[in-house]
Amino acid sequence: MLSKRIIACLDVRDGAVVKGINFEGLRHAGDPAELATRYNREGIDEVVILDITATIEKRKALADTIQAVAREIFLPLCVGGGIRGEEHAEAAIEAGADKVGINTAALSHPALITTLAKRYGSQAVIVAIDAKREDGRFKIYVRSGQQGTDRDAVEWAQEAADRGAGEILLTSIDQDGTKAGFDCELTAAVSSAVPIPVIASGGAGTFDHFVDVFTTGQADAALAASIFHYSEHAVADLKTHLRTSGIPVRIT
Amino acid sequence: MIALIDYGAGNLTSVRKALAHLDAPATTPTAPADLDSADGIVVPGVGNFEATAALGPDWRSAIERHIARQRPLLGICVGMQWLFDGSAEAPGHPGLQMMPGTCTVITDKEATTPAVASGPSDRVGGRLKVPHVGWNTLRVTKPSWLLDGIPEGAHVYFTHSFAAPVTDDCVGATRYGMEFAAAVERGLVGGVQFHPEKSSDVGLTILRNFLRKAL
Repeated sequence: MLSKRIIACLDVRDGAVVKGINFEGLRHAGDPAELATRYNREGIDEVVILDITATIEKRKALADTIQAVAREIFLPLCVGGGIRGEEHAEAAIEAGADKVGINTAALSHPALITTLAKRYGSQAVIVAIDAKREDGRFKIYVRSGQQGTDRDAVEWAQEAADRGAGEILLTSIDQDGTKAGFDCELTAAVSSAVPIPVIASGGAGTFDHFVDVFTTGQADAALAASIFHYSEHAVADLKTHLRTSGIPVRIT
Repeated sequence: MIALIDYGAGNLTSVRKALAHLDAPATTPTAPADLDSADGIVVPGVGNFEATAALGPDWRSAIERHIARQRPLLGICVGMQWLFDGSAEAPGHPGLQMMPGTCTVITDKEATTPAVASGPSDRVGGRLKVPHVGWNTLRVTKPSWLLDGIPEGAHVYFTHSFAAPVTDDCVGATRYGMEFAAAVERGLVGGVQFHPEKSSDVGLTILRNFLRKAL
């Protein structure tokens, strides 16, 4: 049976891993390659490098960081942040990324999804969506969660899938960094609307939050950052908990 | 020397990096004649089967000469599918035809099977999502040099929408909506649908098995 994936996110700024709350208030959490190596040893299924300041400061994702991580681990590696066009995706993939996450650029130039899917295959194109509850629906925010739009997250996820996205990385801005649990309602709404895998993100605080997002939230994968950063063995312990709860996971 | 064939589908970085990690000398041949001195050939691949059309008659005969010399070859993902007659993904483009069978899109053949529907399921929200992305288990179906040392039920990383049928060449099978060939072998020609270069220690063991035959 296909396992539910546990994905570690490395929010990277200036070559170091940082962690914020509600997309703000950053503090240092370590060296990307060292953390990725530790997660690999603990049994993480996938790693995402997110250059969190890239869009704001108009910088592309750091090739050096990608290379350093890709040298150490033999796992799927996704890179997001600052992928504004084909040349940025190419740079990330040449540095060692298997997938690129596009967010702001996908929304403003949806044709980019198709262009990248044709060139690298759909499996290499992840459309990242940052959503916030507003007026009884899930509204999309762009530019690292700083700018609201009129777009609906579920509708956009469907369009992204139609245009060739291979996966959706769905982050709840409301839950991000709170450790209060994933937004299962948001995740289920998107997951049941698209034919491609959905990665839930934002709010992981306890192991049971993962159980919830894989059952109620119908997520295919779950992404977290700080729950893994500050405690050794967290990935292995989480997977043991998930298996005990009847969730299929890869145990190494 | 391992020849890593570049036919323009996706990137070779991951496979090259994994071979380097295993201390295997690798090169990307620029002309078919370069293959005549190769100890082993790797045909990687992500994306569409149609990309294999770039491997024209000259490349095909160089690869066939390599196989006739009893030298090993490993096809990965689309590179494995290419070993078969062809794929429904690109009907006009024949494969290498080393192994009989045609690759088909993954379909939910078990949707109406009550025993499957009642237990834990690959279906999210009642549907099978395609592409098949993530870690799934290998059922070893035959003794195999490629899967030597790989335990039953080992997890490997997949990302694909099309798959090869389970035939006599199958040495490892995986189930996702239907059962398909995850690893195949005929003599020293091997293929894996999953990505050993992305499958952590299990994947590195499989690459090591290939290198042992080649170098």
